[in-house]
Amino acid sequence: MADFHNSKFLVGVYDDDDVVLKAVKDVKEAGVRIHEVYTPFPIHGLDVALGHPRTRIGIAAFLFGLTGFLCMVALTLYTMKFDWPMVIGGKDPYAYPAYIPVMFEFTVLFTALGMVGTFLVSNGLGPTVKPLMFDLRSTDNKFVMAIDLEKNKLSEAEISSVLKSSGAAEVNIKQF
Amino acid sequence: MHVTSPVRTPLVTGGKTYADVTEDICRQVEGKPTREWTIAFAISFIVLIYGTACVFWTWWEGLGVWGLNKTIGWAWDITNFVWWVGIGHAGTLISAILLLFRMKYRTSINRAAEAMTIFAVICAATFILMHMGRPWMAHWALPLPNAFGSLWVNFNSPLVWDVFAISTYFTVSLVFWYIGLVPDLATIRDRATSKVSRYIYGVFSLGWNGGAKTWARYEYISLILAGISTPLVLSVHTIVSMDFATSVIPGWHTTIFPPYFVAGAIFSGFAMVQNLMLIIRVVFKLEDYITFEHIESMNKIITLTGSIVGVAYITEFFIAWYSGVEFESYAFLNRMAGPYWWAYWAMMTCNVISPQLFWSRRIRRSITWTFVLSVVVNIGMWFERFVIIVTSLHRDYLPSSWAMFTPTIFDISDYIFSFGLFFTLFLLFAKFLPVINMFEVKAIIRSSSEKLPKSIAGVAKGERVTNPTYNKDVE
Repeated sequence: MADFHNSKFLVGVYDDDDVVLKAVKDVKEAGVRIHEVYTPFPIHGLDVALGHPRTRIGIAAFLFGLTGFLCMVALTLYTMKFDWPMVIGGKDPYAYPAYIPVMFEFTVLFTALGMVGTFLVSNGLGPTVKPLMFDLRSTDNKFVMAIDLEKNKLSEAEISSVLKSSGAAEVNIKQF
Repeated sequence: MHVTSPVRTPLVTGGKTYADVTEDICRQVEGKPTREWTIAFAISFIVLIYGTACVFWTWWEGLGVWGLNKTIGWAWDITNFVWWVGIGHAGTLISAILLLFRMKYRTSINRAAEAMTIFAVICAATFILMHMGRPWMAHWALPLPNAFGSLWVNFNSPLVWDVFAISTYFTVSLVFWYIGLVPDLATIRDRATSKVSRYIYGVFSLGWNGGAKTWARYEYISLILAGISTPLVLSVHTIVSMDFATSVIPGWHTTIFPPYFVAGAIFSGFAMVQNLMLIIRVVFKLEDYITFEHIESMNKIITLTGSIVGVAYITEFFIAWYSGVEFESYAFLNRMAGPYWWAYWAMMTCNVISPQLFWSRRIRRSITWTFVLSVVVNIGMWFERFVIIVTSLHRDYLPSSWAMFTPTIFDISDYIFSFGLFFTLFLLFAKFLPVINMFEVKAIIRSSSEKLPKSIAGVAKGERVTNPTYNKDVE
C-alpha cells in the first residue's frame, strides 16, 4: 500500500451504483484525477470508466497451472519410470493415461493457489495489512470516490463542487 | 430507469436496500447467540465428544471393533466416506457451475453451501483416517521420499488418485470459500464495535477496502476459480467411483459409475443444502433472502439428478443382464432379492420414487415437503453407497467365502461422530461468519428485488440527485 502520510483527500460519498458510475465519467471530464472508487460490491464497467488496465492475472493463472502440470509429469516420470519402474498389466512403466488424474489435480491446485496468491500480492492484501479506508460505509452501502488533492491542479472548492454536481450525497475531507 | 423484469420472479423480497442486507445478515454475527443456536451447539458438541471417544477407542483397539470380516473389508466406513464426499459436491457446484451459468439464485445459498462442502469433506476425510486403522501412517499415501529406498506410491492406483483429488478439492474449495468471504469480513470489521472483533475480522479480511481495481481482479479470479472448480468437482467423484469401477468385483466393475456417482453426489448434496438452508431461513429469519424461488430451483435440480440416478440404476441392471456375465447378473439379483433386499428397496424408494414428487409445483414449493423429502433423499443416498459396497462384497465369485456384515456399536458411533463434527463446525460458521454472501446479494438487488429498494428508487426518480444530466439519462 502506498504511503499516504499527510495526504489530504476529498471524499465524495454516493448512494447509488449507477450514479457513481456516471459520476466517474463526469468528474474525469471536469479534469479531476480520481485516486480510486470504493464500493461495497463489484460494479461492472467501473474499472473501465476509471481507466484501469485490464488485469493480466489470467496469464499468471495459466503459468501456475502449467507449472503444476509439469511438476506432476516430472514426479510421475521420475518415480514410475526411473526410480522404481513397475510393469503393471504388461504395459510400459510410464503408461501415462493412468497419471492424467493426478496431473489434472496438480494443474488445478497450482492454478488456484498461485492465482489467489498473485491476487493477494498484487492488491497488497494480507493478514497484517491495515486497510486505507476513506469511509467505513464503503463496505456497507455507500459508494466512495477518493480524490488526492495534491495530485490535482484544481482547488479544493472546485473539486468539491464537481463532486456535488456529479451526484455525491456528501463531500468530506480525509487526512492520512 | 431500472425495473425488474416481469418475466423473472424476485429473488430478494421485502424491498431491501443495501443497508438492510448488511443489517439482516450481520445481525446474527454481531448479536449474542440465540437460544436455539446454543441448544443446537450443545447437542452437537456432546455428540462430537462422545464420537471422538469412540473414534479413539477404534484406533486404540484396532479395526476389529468394527463389523468387518475377511470377505467384507470395506463397509460402513467407506459408505460414510463416499456419502460425505458426495454431500460436499453441491457447494462447489452451486458456487462454480451456477456462477458460470449466471444463475442469480445462487447468491443467497452459495456461502452456506460452500461451508457445507468444506465440513463434509472434513467428515469424509476422518473416515479415511479411521479406515487406515493407524492414522499416524497417513503420510504414506503421499509421494514422499522415505527410508525404504525407491519406494513410492503407485500412481496407477485410483486410491492414490483419490488422495490427490480429495486434498486438491478440499484446498481449492477452502480457498474459493475464504476468498468469497473476504469482502464480507471487511464489512463486519468496519461495523465492529469491540476492539477484539475488529482485530480478528481485520486479520481475516486481509486489509480489504473494496477499490475498483481490486474488485475487477476479484471478479476475474472468481471466474477462473469457478472455471477450474467445475471439472474438479466432476473429477473428484469420478475418481471416487473409479475406486470401485477399476476393480473386478461384480457390481462394481461398470463404466457407468463416474457419471452415476457424480449425479448422485449432486443429488445428495443439494438435499443437504435444502435441509441446512431451510433451518437457517427460519432460525436466522432470512425468509426475504432464501425465498420459495430458491427452494423451488434447488428442488428442480434434485429432481433432475434424482432422475439421472434412477436411470443409472436401471441401466446397471440392464447391462448386468445384457453382458451375459453370470456373476454380474447374480450380483444384481442378489441386491434386489438377497439378504440385503431391504437396503436395496430403501434406496430405490428414497432415491427413485421420492424426488419424482417434486414434479408437483405444490410439493416443490412446500417447506415441509421439501424438508422431509430432502432428508429422505439423504437416507436413500446413504443406502445407495451401502448397497453398492456391501452387497457386492458379501457374495462374489467364491460361495465358500460368502459372509454377512452387521455393524457394531463402534461402526454406528463413528458415523454419529461425523454428524457431531459436521454440525459443530456448521454452527460455529453460522454464528461467526455471514451465512449469506452479502456483496453478491447486494449486486443482484437492482435486477432481482421484489420492488426497487427505496434508496435506489429515490435516485431513479431524480429526487436525490443534483446532477441534471444524470436525471435526463435515467428517465
